[in-house]
Amino acid sequence: MERMPRWADVLLVPLISLILAAAISAIVILAIGENPWNALKIMVTGALGSSYAWGYTLYYATNFIFTGLAVALANHARLFNIGGDGQATVGGLGVALIALYLPWPHWTLALLAAIVASAAFGAAWAAIPAYLQAKRGSHIVITTIMFNYIAYALLTYLLTGPMKPSGTMETATAPFPEGTHIPSFRDLFSHGETILFRGTPANVTFFVAVLACVLVWMLIWKTRLGYEIRAFGFSEGAARYAGIGSTKIIVVTMLLSGALAGLMAINNTLGEAERLILNAVEGAGFIGIAVALMGRSHPLGVFLAAVLFGFLYQGGAELSLSTSIPREMVVVIQALVIMFTGALDNMVRMPVERLFANRRARGTPVAPLAGPTAERAPDRAAPPSTPTTAE
Amino acid sequence: MDWNTVLLLLDSTIRTATPLLLACLAGLFSERAGIFDIGLEGKMLVSAFLAAGFAYVTGSVWLGLLAGIAGSLLLSAIHGAASITFRGNQLISGVAINFLASGLTVVVSQSWFGEGGRTPQLGDGGRFGEVVLPGAIRLSEMTIREQRELPLLTRFYSDVLSGHSILTYIALLAVPLSWWVLYRTRFGLRLRAVGENPAAVDTAGISVRRLRYSAVAIAGVLCAIAGAQLSTAEPAAGFIRDMTAGRGYIALAALIFAKWRPWPALGACMLFGFFQALETRPDIFVRLFDLRVPSALLSAMPYILTVIILAGFVGRAIPPRAGGEPYVKER
Repeated sequence: MERMPRWADVLLVPLISLILAAAISAIVILAIGENPWNALKIMVTGALGSSYAWGYTLYYATNFIFTGLAVALANHARLFNIGGDGQATVGGLGVALIALYLPWPHWTLALLAAIVASAAFGAAWAAIPAYLQAKRGSHIVITTIMFNYIAYALLTYLLTGPMKPSGTMETATAPFPEGTHIPSFRDLFSHGETILFRGTPANVTFFVAVLACVLVWMLIWKTRLGYEIRAFGFSEGAARYAGIGSTKIIVVTMLLSGALAGLMAINNTLGEAERLILNAVEGAGFIGIAVALMGRSHPLGVFLAAVLFGFLYQGGAELSLSTSIPREMVVVIQALVIMFTGALDNMVRMPVERLFANRRARGTPVAPLAGPTAERAPDRAAPPSTPTTAE
Repeated sequence: MDWNTVLLLLDSTIRTATPLLLACLAGLFSERAGIFDIGLEGKMLVSAFLAAGFAYVTGSVWLGLLAGIAGSLLLSAIHGAASITFRGNQLISGVAINFLASGLTVVVSQSWFGEGGRTPQLGDGGRFGEVVLPGAIRLSEMTIREQRELPLLTRFYSDVLSGHSILTYIALLAVPLSWWVLYRTRFGLRLRAVGENPAAVDTAGISVRRLRYSAVAIAGVLCAIAGAQLSTAEPAAGFIRDMTAGRGYIALAALIFAKWRPWPALGACMLFGFFQALETRPDIFVRLFDLRVPSALLSAMPYILTVIILAGFVGRAIPPRAGGEPYVKER
């Protein structure tokens, strides 16, 4: 049944993809006349070498955990949620509304309210694409892309008009009041004379993100709904035969996915900017795609991949400061990771599968009679370990 | 109502619609053959950069266009390999291509020109000039009063239709050409069939692979021309980072709006081009209709309209049936 051992599927294939992406990135860096080894060293020191570095790496990672989980959850139902950017943008609007227009005595209450508001707004932004996919069969990829742009336009309108405080030139809301300021890592971990994470944006939201990973893991593998979502993802027809309604699964999954993407706003809007700014999401919704692909749609994988991308983002920023390599090099690396782990997955997977098949064929010379037939894998397509889209 | 304003608006509509139209037709060929192409944006961007870069270095805008086509075709080849040969996810491949283009253009242009992700300003000869159609009057040599006295049709012809880059006329000619290729040639019949039912095409002994690769290649060339229009056709004078600014996605929206047909694609792109032209001149709305429309609404219009179309309220948009699915020969 298994074409290759599980560890190869979970670790070896992503690792090879990553090495390929890294190799091509190194070639690009060489081509523009820089030293890739040197670049890597700068990135490692800049992103992991100090509490300051970690303060940024984990801040970015927090964003990517949320958007990665959003994409991963939808992937389990074979829905490709490409609208994380829009959902996180609108989630930010939810955060801004409660932070600006309601009084908050303590940050814990504000944080809880922000969680509810950002999730609700993010889910609402995914609701129409979900409904259209479920009821009208309009392709969720196209509708979520459209909703990304509609979200940008909505925010541009609000931040240049109704929500802009008079007398400023910036496209941003007024700063949030004191009561909504959630503690940063500096507030949490500095003690006495030693100040850690000085001036970094990482904040308590990181722990919300870790909690979200655990909850999503429980949802997918320990609940009835999660079972239904996975069943629907494996085979829509079989799921329907088993009495699992496709409309319900599509809508519920997309609402949850949108809510997860929306939650990102508590990190970047409530935690970092402390006001709503235009383009606060900075493409994190799209990075979520790379993170979910790398992490094989598993919450633990998403967590690790998010930290990896956090490292890339912070490392890339340091790189642009001390070398002539622009920050956009990170976008190239991200593209290569998406390409190799997502679209060109078979290019890596097929040779690895063949390798294991050959080894197994040579490794079991005993029982020649039963050998060839027992070895033969049933002619069934392997379950989709890579996410595909709903049609 | 002021005819001058209207003519001005229509003139810039045609100019802004050109890259949309070319990208839309690119998507049309690709999707009609069953290959989703989210990567229109990236291909346009790479071509815009290469066209401007090579036009600056060589001084020839045509060599620039060729370089743009080469770059765009390379991305097409990657997309083809991922979605045809390796049966990968076409949407993910498209997303990756867009990021690759967005990152590489900045990294490479910074390395080549060192101007913060843009190319140097292109002078004359380095860009596509305005083509004056036969019989068109050079309005710029006349006073406003003289212009007003001309018959409206003459002004329309001279002002709106004439005076665009050669690429605009290529784009407009590409519409009937695409229609003819798709509906009146054997290749077109097969191309449409491969997007609906590749197994049938395969049974007839025709290579699904070759058809799909050629469709993806055509899309690459069309995207390349679209990109070149953005960076090297007057009044543009060079490449700016991320200068496609979502046009690839608007083109996708137009493709759905047009329900994957060439002539309606022209209409949809003109409509969306009109919105973009209006967006840059919010004062016109106030003057014409005495109505203040937020420019954000205008920029969101193509997307909102597409969602409405997708919702099936204004006739259903049904994509090619085999779209997005890799073809597996052996069963």
